[in-house]
Amino acid sequence: MSQTFMLDGKAIPFEEGQTIIQAASKAGVFIPHLCYHPDFKPHGSCKLCTVKVNGRQTASCTMRAMAGMVVESDTEEINAERRALTQMLFVEGNHFCPSCEQSGNCQLQATAYHLGMMSPHYDHFFPSRPVDASHPEVLLDFNRCILCSLCVRASRDVDGKNVFALSGRGIGTHLIVNAKSGQLADTDFTLADKAAQVCPVGVILRKRKGFAVPIGERKYDKAPISASVETEGR
Amino acid sequence: MALNDMHTEAVAGIVDRVVTRYRRDPTCMVQILREVQEACDWIPPEAIDRMQATLGVPRTKIEGVAGFYSFFYTQPRGKYRVLFSDNITDRMLGNKAMMDRLCSSLWVERGKVSEDGLVSIGKTACTGMCDQGPAMLVNNYAVAGLTAARIDEIAELIRNKVPLSEWPAEYFRIEDNIRRADILLGSDLKPGDALLAARARAPSDGLMASNMRSWREGLPTGLSGPISMLDEIKRSNLRGRGGAGFTTALKWEACRNAPLKAGLQRIVVCNADEGEPGTFKDRVLLAKYADLVFEGMTVAAYAVGATRGFVYLRGEYRYMLDHLNAVLAHRRRENLLGSNILGIPGADFDIEIHVGAGAYVCGEESALIESLEGKRGTPRNRPPFPVTNGYLDQPTIVNNVETFAAAALIALNGGDWYAGIGTRHSAGTKILSVSGDCERPGLYEYPFGVSIRQVLEDCGAQDTQAVQVSGPSGICVAADEFDRIIGFEDIPTAGAFTVFNATRDMFQVARNYVHFFQHESCGFCTPCRVGTSLLKNLMDKLANGAGSPYDFAEIEKLNQLLQSMSHCGLGHTACNPVLDTIAKFRPAYDKRMMQQDFTPAFDLDRALAAARQMTGRDDAAAHLTTETGGEA
Repeated sequence: MSQTFMLDGKAIPFEEGQTIIQAASKAGVFIPHLCYHPDFKPHGSCKLCTVKVNGRQTASCTMRAMAGMVVESDTEEINAERRALTQMLFVEGNHFCPSCEQSGNCQLQATAYHLGMMSPHYDHFFPSRPVDASHPEVLLDFNRCILCSLCVRASRDVDGKNVFALSGRGIGTHLIVNAKSGQLADTDFTLADKAAQVCPVGVILRKRKGFAVPIGERKYDKAPISASVETEGR
Repeated sequence: MALNDMHTEAVAGIVDRVVTRYRRDPTCMVQILREVQEACDWIPPEAIDRMQATLGVPRTKIEGVAGFYSFFYTQPRGKYRVLFSDNITDRMLGNKAMMDRLCSSLWVERGKVSEDGLVSIGKTACTGMCDQGPAMLVNNYAVAGLTAARIDEIAELIRNKVPLSEWPAEYFRIEDNIRRADILLGSDLKPGDALLAARARAPSDGLMASNMRSWREGLPTGLSGPISMLDEIKRSNLRGRGGAGFTTALKWEACRNAPLKAGLQRIVVCNADEGEPGTFKDRVLLAKYADLVFEGMTVAAYAVGATRGFVYLRGEYRYMLDHLNAVLAHRRRENLLGSNILGIPGADFDIEIHVGAGAYVCGEESALIESLEGKRGTPRNRPPFPVTNGYLDQPTIVNNVETFAAAALIALNGGDWYAGIGTRHSAGTKILSVSGDCERPGLYEYPFGVSIRQVLEDCGAQDTQAVQVSGPSGICVAADEFDRIIGFEDIPTAGAFTVFNATRDMFQVARNYVHFFQHESCGFCTPCRVGTSLLKNLMDKLANGAGSPYDFAEIEKLNQLLQSMSHCGLGHTACNPVLDTIAKFRPAYDKRMMQQDFTPAFDLDRALAAARQMTGRDDAAAHLTTETGGEA
């Protein structure tokens, strides 16, 4: 018999070793997240999935579920803080949704809608982040990078290639690729890599395939991101 | 041979020498990068090529680590790399004038490299010389007590390309400034005595039932010695001196009881990454009482059953490395380190020193362990905690320098003796690093329970407006609170005690601290990475005269967010200096609240400064008249 914890008043069953977000997804309860992906080791950096456990805030992607835990997630207080984090991610990069190839498929955008974000609120940082168009098949648009490190983990843990890594520190943290030239063309990256498929925003883009599906008919145009828990959890 | 190939070959030779000495071990990445840079003046791409080949790690990993630490340069810097310490105390002592003087004397712009590649001049966070500032680092060697005359001499030495090793030795002399000594700073421990006392205290060498698990797991000797040592620490009520105040015995016991997988060992780490601005006690403890600290580490190793030890020395204290290694070598010769220490069967322990490279966050224990493993200094997700899964996934204790020094004295004199010093809730003494507006800055060691007022009187502080206790992440104490005491029951502290007299602008103090946190945020989690920058921008906005009540509300909101969402203590405490000074020194802020309603931070005239600099103009027609700034 499996054990349970309480999430927003609902009993959620879990298995030994599962994190809160894993158990919640399995039970069909959506907790907003960006750096978490069910296929990879949790990172715990975006902090969008923060919940209150027995009154204390913690990332639900790294916190193991325990029997009898009382977890709050979908509350006005926590959602307001998640909204502020989303706004922070928008202003630290350069995100122009109307012209972005990922619009409608972008988890950052979809999460902003989910949380009712109406404006970026903070002053934009307008960082200078040149694109890398060197690779024949793939374009890297660093302007949209949210430092979730999913591509880092996918390349390292699945592809066995270490094409991506984070460098710099603080607000200067940035994505680098594994080449002396610093260019993707000089790495062994290919479109078939798992790392090519995991970007939650629009950094890793396939060339010559832009806008294949019209805006309005894309993933999150059809159903909000909270509905994706159905597919992710099982 | 082309010049370029010669360069490549020379760099490869340097890398090979360093990498070989570190046994081609990628966990020594930070040490390898430091030594390569010491030889090459920066970390050129050719060095990374060679490291990639010889260490067998991807380039991304090397560049990721090199990019994290402030003192590593993957772009060419000067042959002489000058960094001025920029703590608030350095500012109060006029570091800006010193830096401007050196810049203009050497014709180099701040933050840039001179055109001939000879020198670069920049700023760095507090270098731990607050009692003898203004201070600087030249190629990571500390020079304190700067004067205009000394700056001119240094400019001359650099201009004449005199090697650092030939600079006058007195430039590098660092004072101890011990003003009040108690049990630690007054200790004359004979190396080995604490260990022998710990050993002698054990009632017998017979196996004891309570000690069966250590015997099963092959902990040192499986005898009662380690347990009775742990009992003394328990009885002493010793709590961590790094700021958090965690009960030392609990930490040690958890490490001792952590299951050990085959082939792994327990680890003792001394946290000498003394990065909190205003703290410098660990520098003196290591410079003058290294044996006491190492003995405390050995006592800890004996108690928890550890066989390997590290000292994580902050990069700013690089100058102490040779001295510390010499003390370690001496202890090895005296059988105070190594195997069967002092003839105690199974007491095997040795210590190595890792030098940091300019990252405050590495003072956080799990970030420190990451750095020890040769990685970026990002705090780990917890649990698991280091006591069970620390250095290379082994049970690890991380304690402050002063904690180990105290542990050595507890081994020598017993836990009851120690518990009798200080207050009921705070046993022992605390070393305060006193700096700022006072006649006698330096180290003051008191039994816990001393009042702020007493310290101020002893150090000759007059007309004191505020004291920042425990640095930017601590608390700011105003004059009406000077009867409060230092102790875990009232004002806990890692040791910084920075004094501000009535002439100081507490807003600028807070602003300096906010800039510090922004610079030192590791960038891992969203709230701290972006939030510290937003906070810095808000403080700059107030300083620029565009502040309104709206911005105060924003600061409060940011604080709430950083407290609840941040990954580690850096983010949790980043707003403290602002909140404290708003609460206690409101007039300093009101003076800046020039606007009734929201006003944008952007100022067109200020934004044109770059254009003015480029065109060499600063006349009235090159300025705009703006609403916020008036005619600039």
